[in-house]
Amino acid sequence: MPSLGTSFGRGGATTFQQDLQNADCIVIMGSNMAENHPVGFQWVMEARERGAKVIHVDPRFTRTSAMATKHVPIRPGSDIAFLGGVVNYLLQNELYFREYVEHYTNAPVIIREEFVDTEELDGLFSGWDPEEGKYDVESWMYEGMELHASAGQREEGFDATKGEGSGHGGAGGGLEHGEPPEEDRSLGHPRCVFQILKRHYARYTPEFVAEACGCTVADFVDVCETLAANSGRERTSAFCYAVGWTQHTVGVQTIRTAAIVQMLLGNIGRPGGGILALRGHASIQGSTDIPTLYNILPGYLPMPHTEKYGDLESYIEANTSPTGWWGHFDAYFASLMKAYFGEHATPDNDFLFETLPRIDDDNSVYFTIEQMLKGAVKGYIIAGENPAVGHANGKAHRLALSKLDWLVVRDIVEIESASFWYDSPEVESGELAPEECATEVFFMPAASHTEKDGSFTNTQRLLQWHWQATEPKEDCRSELWFYFHLGRLIKQKLAGSEEKRDRLVKALRWEYPTHSQIQEPSAEAVLQEVSGWKVETGEFLSGYPGLKADGSTLCGCWIYSGVFKDGINQAARKKPHWEQESYVAPEWAWAWPADRRLLYNRASADPDGAPWSERKRYVWWDADEGTWTGLDTPDFGADKDPHYVPPDDAKAEDAIAGDHPFIMQADGRAWLYVPQGLEDGPLPTHYEPHESPFRNPLYSQRANPRRQQNKDLPEDPYNPVAGEPGSDVYPYVATTYRVTEHHTAGGMTRSIPYLSELQPAMFCEVSPELADEVGLEHGGWATIYTSRSAIEARVLVTDRIPSLTIDGRRTHQVGLPYHWGTRGLTTGGSANDLTHMALDPNVHIQEVKAFTCGIRPGRRPRGADLPRFVAELREQAHSRREQEPRVEPEETRKTTP
Amino acid sequence: METTGVPAGWEAYGDERKERVGFFTDTSVCIGCKACEVACKEWNLIPEDGLVWSGESYDNTSQLDANSWRHVAFVEQRKPLRVGEDGEPGIDRGDPDGDALRWLMSSDVCKHCTHAACLDVCPTGSLFRTEFGTVVVQEDICNGCGYCVPACPFGVLDQRKIPSTLNTGHKPDLPALGPLERGEKEDGRVWKCTLCYDRLKGGHEPACAKACPTNSIQFGPLDELRERADARLAKLDAEGWNGAQLYGRDPDDGVGGFGAFFLLLDDPEVYGLPPDPVVTTRDLPEMWGNMLVAATAMVAGMAAMFLGGRR
Amino acid sequence: MSETNGRPPGTTSTRGSITGTGSAMRSYYGRPVIKEPVWTWEIPVYFFTGGLAGASAVLSSTAKLAGNEKLSRTALYVGAVADLVSPALLISDLGRPERFHHMMRVFKVTSPMNVGSWVLLVSGGASNTQAVLELLGWLKPVKLAAEAVSTVAGPLLATYTGVLVADTAVPVWHEGRKELPWIFGASAAASAGAAACLFLDPADAAPARRLAVAGVLGEGALMQTMEHRLGAVGEVYGKGTAGRFAWAAKGLAGAGAALLATRGRRSRGAAALGGALVCAGEMCLRWSVFKAGFQSARDPRYVVESQRRRIAEKGSKVTTKPGGEPGSAGRGA
Repeated sequence: MPSLGTSFGRGGATTFQQDLQNADCIVIMGSNMAENHPVGFQWVMEARERGAKVIHVDPRFTRTSAMATKHVPIRPGSDIAFLGGVVNYLLQNELYFREYVEHYTNAPVIIREEFVDTEELDGLFSGWDPEEGKYDVESWMYEGMELHASAGQREEGFDATKGEGSGHGGAGGGLEHGEPPEEDRSLGHPRCVFQILKRHYARYTPEFVAEACGCTVADFVDVCETLAANSGRERTSAFCYAVGWTQHTVGVQTIRTAAIVQMLLGNIGRPGGGILALRGHASIQGSTDIPTLYNILPGYLPMPHTEKYGDLESYIEANTSPTGWWGHFDAYFASLMKAYFGEHATPDNDFLFETLPRIDDDNSVYFTIEQMLKGAVKGYIIAGENPAVGHANGKAHRLALSKLDWLVVRDIVEIESASFWYDSPEVESGELAPEECATEVFFMPAASHTEKDGSFTNTQRLLQWHWQATEPKEDCRSELWFYFHLGRLIKQKLAGSEEKRDRLVKALRWEYPTHSQIQEPSAEAVLQEVSGWKVETGEFLSGYPGLKADGSTLCGCWIYSGVFKDGINQAARKKPHWEQESYVAPEWAWAWPADRRLLYNRASADPDGAPWSERKRYVWWDADEGTWTGLDTPDFGADKDPHYVPPDDAKAEDAIAGDHPFIMQADGRAWLYVPQGLEDGPLPTHYEPHESPFRNPLYSQRANPRRQQNKDLPEDPYNPVAGEPGSDVYPYVATTYRVTEHHTAGGMTRSIPYLSELQPAMFCEVSPELADEVGLEHGGWATIYTSRSAIEARVLVTDRIPSLTIDGRRTHQVGLPYHWGTRGLTTGGSANDLTHMALDPNVHIQEVKAFTCGIRPGRRPRGADLPRFVAELREQAHSRREQEPRVEPEETRKTTP
Repeated sequence: METTGVPAGWEAYGDERKERVGFFTDTSVCIGCKACEVACKEWNLIPEDGLVWSGESYDNTSQLDANSWRHVAFVEQRKPLRVGEDGEPGIDRGDPDGDALRWLMSSDVCKHCTHAACLDVCPTGSLFRTEFGTVVVQEDICNGCGYCVPACPFGVLDQRKIPSTLNTGHKPDLPALGPLERGEKEDGRVWKCTLCYDRLKGGHEPACAKACPTNSIQFGPLDELRERADARLAKLDAEGWNGAQLYGRDPDDGVGGFGAFFLLLDDPEVYGLPPDPVVTTRDLPEMWGNMLVAATAMVAGMAAMFLGGRR
Repeated sequence: MSETNGRPPGTTSTRGSITGTGSAMRSYYGRPVIKEPVWTWEIPVYFFTGGLAGASAVLSSTAKLAGNEKLSRTALYVGAVADLVSPALLISDLGRPERFHHMMRVFKVTSPMNVGSWVLLVSGGASNTQAVLELLGWLKPVKLAAEAVSTVAGPLLATYTGVLVADTAVPVWHEGRKELPWIFGASAAASAGAAACLFLDPADAAPARRLAVAGVLGEGALMQTMEHRLGAVGEVYGKGTAGRFAWAAKGLAGAGAALLATRGRRSRGAAALGGALVCAGEMCLRWSVFKAGFQSARDPRYVVESQRRRIAEKGSKVTTKPGGEPGSAGRGA
């Protein structure tokens, strides 16, 4: 999550769910927490029972809204307008936490003269290069400093669509030294971040917000006032969000806006505050920490790139930040290589750096699918994912899979992504003929979590161990089993090879003890390797500060270092909170980094190290002992005096001052303004969704100029937008979501009777107004269509999904749960057959929370009539658009000063 | 602490009698996650109840029956969740039309009545009062006479009828199904919530209460729950919650108080519950007497027919 | 509701939004509050045969005392046959017929069905013993004992079914508890008399004829009284299947009674036809009561409104509103 990474230093939730009970106000936005995180939601209920305000800002009135003390409906895709409005309201009315902002954020820092804001360039920042379609970020930099990237956030000058990009970057930017030379503590300098911020959001007035979002001025102001009244020394407010924010072409910037709000209110690093990123799967956080991503290595170390680095030295050099904890990049990397290659990796052979695979292009899923459609991809392995249902534009995905030579699918049931070749909608429509589909599909039944040992890294970075309860049935095997034995066999086959390319596999450490008849590898042995030990003594490491660059330590993931401290599986600690002294429950499982539950918690104390207030004490400076102490592991140098001022030659964490809590940031501060690390701007700006019925109320620049789109991919056509001719064919705003009863693409739930019976059919939610307008009948059928495809759904007419008035126009929304497909006990249309593949530039995430569609009563056409029906509407819409100029002028404008 | 309405047959346990336990279901914190329904089915091996989309908000379980022992009701309303003394909405639900909007959710279950009609009318003694004061059907005794079904004032009990068309597509290895496993005919017996009798015996709380993430379903000694409920009602009243009321808490009601009672936010009938349930057997003595008179009258009447001689 | 966007079965029909429905509804989407009985066709038929058996036993012994041997014997055999059929019907209605004997595990006065099972066992056993010994002419003392037993058990068998249905939560049944045993008794008597007329020479059947006619008149009057007293709850007797059976019952039994009264003495055929009509009428009456229960249970209005009326009169203790005053209207209610 580069949004949180660039803002605070680490790409994870800044707090933990149990801490929500201490909040005086909780804003849930871009999330339906009660439905999709019901267990964690108990802490929101706890807070409500203690008198906290619970505000839900969401297009729909969901089970979360039902529990909230206030629900504010807004139009999908208008989140930045709303949050930007909050920023403006706080600044204009001086409701921000002055002392916190001055000391703990980069508000006083002065930005280069060359920087020009969107307000002056009609929706573009300085440095826009229309030819490349990206920004040159030089001009965004701090005054008097050279650009210096830091880990997880490489490649500003480098096109994310051609490789690494910033991935799910874990960390903020680096600077050549800790303290920016140019700053103005009075916050008055016209080029200081604070003033830039003020100017940037000046037009986000309550009236503007109401117009753009469709809420009332009164509701909006009430939210601002409630937030302000419940922040400061005595009180704290928390934000909870999920993919309702991320799945936009401006997803990262939306989260950034919330980060700015929380910085201004002084709510980061304090109990009852923070930003909680709610993750949708059991271990999604874990899958970015120890990534299934193509562009980073464990612990957010960037993947080597063909064009970028020659040898290890330049790789280390490019990725080491002189200041902050990223200053020890070499140690993290060397220890990882030791974990990979053991004794084969030595300082003399650069730890076999040269054998590591290099990336030379975008290998993110959507780009890969595009290549697949062009026949450029031969084989594909899908594990624990159901792209045929769960990814945007499911039809494109299924057609892409049909162009493979071979496909391996590992799941607990045969999902649509494995059966597409004989039972997909394309087979029904005749677009795909089973006898002609050349893809050879290997379905490998997977073991479920009850059939294997392992750990989940949950939404709050907490590693929780689970034990095997029963042996996997028949051919079902764990992921661990599959990849271990796959690797073992490959090593066997290549044992005799002298090929240079096979050195990596041959050098790989691949010994793990196995048990039971099926030779299941020991998950705990893997966790030990992840946690790390001293090569000489085999002594387990107690944390990443112990990592060395000389190859004397081995560690599979530096941020997880210490999870096996003292030879004990810390993740397996299960002492419930009611048996522990504090609600923080430090003896329950283990959290990265260094078992800290609440990140940046030095900020819970004032610059002098005393708690901001008794009510909100958490971590504070004990002058007598000369250490930081409190309810949690201090997220700070344990004995670093709050008044410590780093000498000029200080390196790494020593370059961070005693009153700068954000130790992963090169300057130790939270970043209101991000000089580097983001593809689409240092400050969030309201852009319309890729598909939206509206023009941008602020700029002629309609949507995010930096968003990724497939301009020449026939399988991924887009609807006309913003009142263009033909846009009236797709006049409504659609948004997709989940319901409690099912899990994402349904593979795990549509096969279970107890869950299927609770939501046994695909349905759509519409307002009574929309129902009247197009003649939909409650309980009847509706056909929903976009340029991509059409699906049918049962109609639920409810006041819970209001029609809103956006710049004078009545706007209707269509709500679409996306759980259904062609298989399982309950089947139905896949909402993702309707969605498109335009992406956020930072993390390549699809925009499925806001797009346009049409809807009419009745069931969808059957067989070959379906694609014909979709094509006719598309032709009708697009032919009319061709006659007049597009509304998208941005490609032609250049703003480099 | 007021006296609990004492269930008939519970005291007979003497020394083996345990503290009377039950549920207090506080719907003001129910988030409608249906974990109770699933946990109940998992623990009690209850078969799937049909894949019918009802259109009744998010409720597709629709009712308590032989195959659903917990049922979460969903009611969407244009009513304020809270009202001030002046009747003005105390909490703005942020609705563009300014009208309040609320979404009631409530997990229904067998009430384990103090005076249980089902238990009274059961001709086989299959239904019995446990040492915990709860009401349970013995599946090895029930002969499916169905008398308890119309006798229950809440429509909780039902005969298990599994058409062979159901539960296909997956093999439910559910021992409780009996005949179904052999793919033969209907189960034929009646089923209902046992308040997890087996778990109680093992010293565990019922599955639904265990699974409830927000503590909407509270399990415990009945007297304790009643005190908790009174305090809760007072709190909600102070906060101006609209329509808050306890249902089945009072030992003097028509069924002698529920073993599983509720805090509702609207009238009982809105949730599909009877507004004034009465145990039908309360009137049985009167009925027996009335019948004896009728029987005697019949004999007398017949005798009279012979007075008229042979014409 | 067109072919394509029509509502599949099982879906709530609502105009406008489900929110509107939720705001207005006084029952849960119109679903029943209580369950309909699960009983099938055997039960109403048993109500008839059981009643016939019980009443015939009494008719047999009273006739004997009055010295009408032919009538007594006919009624005895009719009753015996009805007593043989009845248990068969009950057992086949069970969800688990092989467990019918569980009925005899206990004796439970709180369960009319349990009591009824014992009554049926005793009365049926007695009447059949009596019939067999009568046929064979053996063991006179035993026969007399059996006769005594069936004479006592008969009236109970004929009337307990009224309590059986009344002892439920079904409004139209429970609220009709005062009349139902009487109605079932009268109906049983009428059917016993009518059945006798079927097989008997009119010359010997006078009391039977009178019994049939009196039974029909009596039950008719009782039904009127009950329906009138039940008010809204009783309206199901005028609706749907229950209503149709009610009319058939009145028509058939009435015609039969009239025929017996006018021509039953002279014409053997008329007597037989009249008897048959009355029996058919009584069967319809049982069906009418049976179906009325289903209709009453199906429609939540009957449950909710009758209970609301009761609350209005007596107040209710089942709900506790803020301030603790039970049954009082709370805020927003």
